[in-house]
Amino acid sequence: MIAAFAFYLFATLTIASAVAVIFARNPVHSVLWLILSFFNAAGLMLLVGAEFIAMLVVIVYVGAVAVLFLFVVMMLDVDFATLRSGFTRNLPFGIIVALVLLAEIVIALFARQAGPAFASGNIAVAAQPNIVALGQLLYSRYLFAFELAGLILLVAMIGAIVLTHRSRRDTRPQKVWKQIARRPEDAVELFDPGVGEGMKL
Amino acid sequence: MIGLGHYITVAAILFTIGVLGIFLNRRNVILMLMAIELILLAVNINLVAFSAYLGDLTGQVLAMFVLTVAAAEAAIGLAILVIFFRRRGSIAVDDVNRMHG
Repeated sequence: MIAAFAFYLFATLTIASAVAVIFARNPVHSVLWLILSFFNAAGLMLLVGAEFIAMLVVIVYVGAVAVLFLFVVMMLDVDFATLRSGFTRNLPFGIIVALVLLAEIVIALFARQAGPAFASGNIAVAAQPNIVALGQLLYSRYLFAFELAGLILLVAMIGAIVLTHRSRRDTRPQKVWKQIARRPEDAVELFDPGVGEGMKL
Repeated sequence: MIGLGHYITVAAILFTIGVLGIFLNRRNVILMLMAIELILLAVNINLVAFSAYLGDLTGQVLAMFVLTVAAAEAAIGLAILVIFFRRRGSIAVDDVNRMHG
């Protein structure tokens, strides 16, 4: 009973905030609705017992991706009103296409009874905690794919840095090699001036 | 009782909203990227639901990889967006085909 209530709550909020992402006038509001949608999707995943993926969604999507979006939206000084110019013109056609797509997916889903998993409404109780089972699978059978995922993240990181890096000519940065190459004999001169003669520079 | 069909329906609606977002915001690249994130989230919900109801953890492993690719895609996409804005002063997609130097 309480599970069904929680499912309908999370599902409604996920879909409603996803609609708000699309239709919000201000892109900052869009990102905030996106965060709400991610949180509720994580709740949906918690309900089927996938705790690790739910926490990963919160950490990666909300903590990294959505904050990245927020940074970029606030950093770029764009007039977003002009970007919405084709919105109302595309609206009827877009809604028709979306309804057709949704009808196709739902009809394809319920046209046939796909198998026992689709018909049965209960989830098998896991023998061990979700994160333990997932870790054992990830570090044994899917180790190569896991390492490959790390490589993808490394490539993305280097790519993003290379793309956005620029060498600026209008600033005067510290010349590290010059500082390191400087020896004491170039920089310091020792004198032993006689009494009453003074210094000659 | 909540079955697999419920989860797939939610994911299908979420996927459709993502496609609709790409259709409607044809000029705003940031909103298109957000719509792509919604689509990937729908895929993740599907994978996790099937994994739970089939009792097979492989779906959750795959969902993790989808998450990885989504994060990488968002980072690269936003980096491209930033350099495009720096050069052009706007993020309207209509201008992208004018690639002089």
